[in-house]
Amino acid sequence: MELRSTNYGRGQESPFKGIDWFSVILYVLLVVAGAISIYAASYDFDNASIFDYTEFSGKQLRWIGLSFLLGLGLLLIDARLYETYAYPIYIAVMLLLVLTIFIAPNIKGSHSWIVIGSMSIQPAEFAKFATALALAKLFSGYNFILNARSTNYFKALAIIFLPIALILAQNETGSALVYLGLFFVLYREGMSGLILLSAVLAIAIFVISVKFTETMVLGIPSGQFTVYIIVMLTMVTMVAMYSKTTDVARNLGLGFLCSGIILWILNLTGIEIPGQYLFPGIIAAACIYCLIETLRLHVMKITAAVGAAIIAIGFMFSVNYVFTEVLKPHQQMRIKVALGIEEDILKAGYNVNQSKIAIGSGGFTGKGFLKGTQTKLKYVPEQHTDFIFCTIGEEEGFVGTSITMMLFVLLILRVIVIAERQPTTFGRVFAYCVASYFIVHFCINIGMVIGLCPVIGIPLPFFSYGGSSLWGFTFLLFILLRIDASRRSHH
Amino acid sequence: MRKDYRLEKRKYVIGGFLLFIALIYLIRLFDLQINDSKYKAYADNNAFLNKTVYPSRGLIYDRNGELIVYNQPAYDVMMIPRDVQQFDTLDFCHTLNITREQFDSRLQDMKRSAGYSSYTPQVLITHLSAEDYGRLQEKLYRYPGFFIQKRILRQYNHKTAANVLGNIREVSPADIERDPYYQRGDYCGDLGIEKSYDEYLRGHKGVEVLIRDAHGRIQGRYLDGAMDVAPISGRNLKLSIDLGLQQYAESLMVNKIGAVVAIQPKTGEILAMVSSPTYDPTLLVGRQRGREYRNLVNNPYKPLFDRSLMAAYPPGSTFKPGQGLILLQEGIITTNTAFPCYNGFISGGLRVGCHSHGSPLPLKPALQTSCNAYFCWGFKALVDKRSKYGTPADAFEVWKHHLVSMGYGYKLGVDMPSESRGFIPNAPFYNKVYGEGRWSANTIISVSIGQGEICATPLQIANVCATIANRGWFITPHVVKEIQDTILPEIYREQRFPSIEQRWYNEVAEGMRMAVTGGTCRLTNLPDIEVAGKTGTAQNPHGRDHSAFIGFAPYNDPEIAVCVYVENAGYGATYGVPIGSLVIEKYLKGSIAPERKYLEQRMLESNTIIYSGVKKH
Repeated sequence: MELRSTNYGRGQESPFKGIDWFSVILYVLLVVAGAISIYAASYDFDNASIFDYTEFSGKQLRWIGLSFLLGLGLLLIDARLYETYAYPIYIAVMLLLVLTIFIAPNIKGSHSWIVIGSMSIQPAEFAKFATALALAKLFSGYNFILNARSTNYFKALAIIFLPIALILAQNETGSALVYLGLFFVLYREGMSGLILLSAVLAIAIFVISVKFTETMVLGIPSGQFTVYIIVMLTMVTMVAMYSKTTDVARNLGLGFLCSGIILWILNLTGIEIPGQYLFPGIIAAACIYCLIETLRLHVMKITAAVGAAIIAIGFMFSVNYVFTEVLKPHQQMRIKVALGIEEDILKAGYNVNQSKIAIGSGGFTGKGFLKGTQTKLKYVPEQHTDFIFCTIGEEEGFVGTSITMMLFVLLILRVIVIAERQPTTFGRVFAYCVASYFIVHFCINIGMVIGLCPVIGIPLPFFSYGGSSLWGFTFLLFILLRIDASRRSHH
Repeated sequence: MRKDYRLEKRKYVIGGFLLFIALIYLIRLFDLQINDSKYKAYADNNAFLNKTVYPSRGLIYDRNGELIVYNQPAYDVMMIPRDVQQFDTLDFCHTLNITREQFDSRLQDMKRSAGYSSYTPQVLITHLSAEDYGRLQEKLYRYPGFFIQKRILRQYNHKTAANVLGNIREVSPADIERDPYYQRGDYCGDLGIEKSYDEYLRGHKGVEVLIRDAHGRIQGRYLDGAMDVAPISGRNLKLSIDLGLQQYAESLMVNKIGAVVAIQPKTGEILAMVSSPTYDPTLLVGRQRGREYRNLVNNPYKPLFDRSLMAAYPPGSTFKPGQGLILLQEGIITTNTAFPCYNGFISGGLRVGCHSHGSPLPLKPALQTSCNAYFCWGFKALVDKRSKYGTPADAFEVWKHHLVSMGYGYKLGVDMPSESRGFIPNAPFYNKVYGEGRWSANTIISVSIGQGEICATPLQIANVCATIANRGWFITPHVVKEIQDTILPEIYREQRFPSIEQRWYNEVAEGMRMAVTGGTCRLTNLPDIEVAGKTGTAQNPHGRDHSAFIGFAPYNDPEIAVCVYVENAGYGATYGVPIGSLVIEKYLKGSIAPERKYLEQRMLESNTIIYSGVKKH
C-alpha cells in the first residue's frame, strides 16, 4: 500500500505488480548458477578470491550486479515506451552495428567489440532486443496480417536480415545465425508450415550431400543419389497429395520406377552409367510431363511439384558450391567434424573432443565443485565462455546438466505461455522473439558442447562469461516481463 | 484484438520442437556421462602425469660380505612431445652442453624409435651428468613438456665376475610384452644374476601422481601426494662366489680360452665361476653401453659367451670316474675286475690308443693311470651284455639314465640364465645314425672315454666331481647364497642322489686320490692337503686337444671341488692340473706355497689363446 503512494513516473501502480515471479526466479537461479560455473571454470590452483576484479569470476560478479540493477530499471520503465520507440531504438542500434564494423578492433578475426577503456561491449547482443521490438512493432501495425500481402513478408524479412547482414560484416557468423530463429515468430504469425518443413528438408539435403561424397552409386556420389531419390518421392507425393491428381502421380511413379529398374539392370551388365546427366534428365522429363498435364488438366497445383524439384536440385548443387568455394577451410572443417566426416582431434575437433571428455568424465553426480580436472587444468578452450556447459557437466555430472537443461526448458516454455497470454500483437510477437532467441542459443550452444552441432561460437544465456551477453538477455527478459506486467492496463 | 486460435495451436509445434531437442540432448548426455566410462579415463589421462619413481636396485655382495655391485644415480631428460611448446632451443642446448645438431639428431632418433608416441614420456637424452642436471633443473620451468627422470646406474667395485654378475639394460618391446611390470624406459637385468634374479633385484617402482595442465605444465602433486606409491628397494643378494678366489682364477685364465668352476660340495655353492676370456663389467654401464656391447658381440673370442655353463665340451677322461661308478653299480665289474691294455683297446679291428702302463689293471689303477682300454672294455662289457639287458640299445639306455641322474645331458638348474644342457646321446639317436640293431659297443666306443658325441658343460663336470667328493649326492649348484629377507628356493637347499649306490663312490674317489699321489695329477699333490683328481685330455676335431681337470680336497672332508677346462691347451696335466691345484690351494690355504710359486707364475704368463685358431680381426 505504501508503494502505491509513491510516484513512479506516469504509472500509478507498483512496478512489481503483475510481474511474472516464476520467470524472475528462474532468471535469478540461472544467473547465480552461471556465476558459480564461471567461478569454477576460471578457478586456479593459486586461487584468487571470487571478488577479485582481475579474475573472470570477479568481473562477472560486477556484470551480474549491474544486470540486476538493469533489470530493476527496465521494470520501472513504462511498457508503452517500448512500443512507441521501437523503430527509433532499432534504427539507433543498427547504426551502432554499422559503426562497430569500422571502429571495432580485430579480435580473433571479428570486428564486433567496441572497446571503451577497460570495458568492451558487443552491440550484436543488444541488436537482439532491438530487432525483436521492431518486429513486434511491425506486426502490431493496424490490420497487419502477414499472409495478406507479400510486401508484409518483405518488411518482416528486411527487419530480420538487416542485423544479420551487419553482423556478418563484423565477421560474427555465429551471432548472425541466431536471428534465423525469428522464423519461429513468422511461423507463429501465419507463415506457411511448408517453409519450416522445407527448411528441415534443406538441412537434410545439406547434410546428406556434404556427408556422403565418398562412395559412388551409378556414377554419382551416394549423397547426390539419395537426394535425387528424395526429390522423386517428393514429386510423386506432392502431385498426389497437394494437387490431388492421382493419375499423374501414378504415371510419374511408374516412370521413375521403370527408369530406375532399367538403370539398375544396365548397371549390372557393367555399362558405365553417366549418372550426373541421367538423373537430372529423368527429373527434367518428369517436370515436362507435369507441365503438359498441368495444361491438359488445368490443375495449376501440379506446377508446385515441379518448383519443388527444381529448387531442391538447385539447392543441392549450390550447397556443394558454397561448401567448397565460399566457406573458409576452417569453417568447412568445423562442419565436417560436426557431421562426423573428419575425426580431427588435434585441430578443429580438439575443443569438442576435450569438451566431451570433460562432460563424459563427470559421470552421474560429477567430480564435485572445483574438482574438475579438465576445466581446472584448462583442457577445454573457452571454457568460461562458449564451453561453460562443460564445467557443469564435469563438476556436477548428469544431475547438474539435466537440471540446467530443465531450467532453460522451463524458462522458454514459460516465455511461450507469457506470449500466448498477451492481449496485444506487440507483446505476443516480442515474447516469441525472446523465446526464439533462447531456443536457438540453447540448442546450438549445448548441441556443440556435447558434439551434436557444429562449433558455432554463441554463448549459453546467463552462463557464459561476458557482460554484453548477460545484459542482452536481461534486456530481452525484463522488457518482456514489463510488457507482460502491464498487459491488463491495455483494456 | 483478434485472436486466431488456428495459429495459437502452433505454440505446441514450437514448444514441441524445443522438448524434442531437449530430449535428444538428454539422451546424449546420459550416453556421455553415464553409459560411457571411457571419458573418465581420458580425463585422468589428460590431467594426471604418473611419474615413475625408480627404486634402488638390490646390491650384490660376495660370500664374505664384500660389496661388488652398487648403484649410482643418473638423470635422463624426458619429454612429452605433445606438451612441448615453443622454447629457446639454443638456450636449452647450451644448458645441456650439446650442439644444436646433436639435439636435432637426438630428436630424430627419438621419433624413429619403436613405441614412439607424442602422448607419453620419451627419453630425449640419457645419463646426464650431475652438473648438467643441476643447470637444467634450474631452468626447467621454461621448458614445458620436459622433465627429468632419476635413474639408477650400476657401479662395480671390482672388474671381475662379469659373466656371473651380468648387467642391466633398457627393456625391449619384447620384455614389455613378456612382463607387464615393465614400461618403456625401464631397466632390466641382462645376462648373469642381474637377469636371473631380476625380480628380486628390481624392487617395486613407485608412482608420483602429478597434475598437468593443458600446456603440459606441472601444477603440483595430486592430493598432496596422497595417491603416490613409494618405491620399494630391490633385495640385496649375497653371492656364494668368493671374490678373491674368483679374481685369482680369472688371473690364471688370462690369455686362455676356457672355464673354471669351483663348487663347495656340501652346499652346492659355486665358489668361483670363470669364463675366459672375460670382460670388464663397467664397460656396459651408461651411455657407451650400446657401443661396448656391440664390440663384445663382435669380439672373435666371444667374451659374452659364458663358457662355464654355456659351452658344451667333450669331457674326455674326466668322464672316467663316472664310468667307473656305472660299471660298479651295474655289476659289470668288481673292484678287482681287471681289463688288459696293450697300449690301447683293440677289438675287432678297432683300436683306441692308450699310453704305456702296467696291464691288466683293475679300476683304481685304471683311474690312476687314466687307462682308456679299461673303460672301453668296461663299456663294451656293459653294452654287449645281452644276457642282462637284451639288446645293446637297451643296455645303452641304462647307461644313459645313470649319466642323466648325475646331472649330464640336461640343465642342472643353476640360478643363471642360458645354461646349456650338454649332450648325452640315447639309443634312438644311434638308431637314427646307424640303423636299428646295426650298432654295438664298438660302434660308439669313444663315448666310454668322454669323447664322441658326449658333451658336457664345465659346470656339469664340476658337479659330478662334487658328487664324488660328497660320496654320492649333490645340491644343485648355485651362485646366490642369500637373498635379503627371503630364503633360497627349495632346489638350492635339497640333496639330489644320482642312481649310484653310495658304497661305490669311495672306490672311485680312491682311484682319483691315487691319480694325485702317483698318477696323472701329481702336480696337485700338495704337501699338507689331500687332493683327489682326474685329468682329461679331450680330442677335438678343430685343433689341439683341450686340457681338463677335475679335483676335490681335502680328500676326507671336501671343501672344494673344481673343474678346469682350457681349450686347445694340450694334455690335462699341463694346464688343467696346475690351474686346478692352484685354485684348490688358494682357497684352502689362502696363498700359494713358495715352492709352487713357479707354477703360478707359469700359469699367469702362459698363453694358449694362440692355439685357438681364432683369427683376430
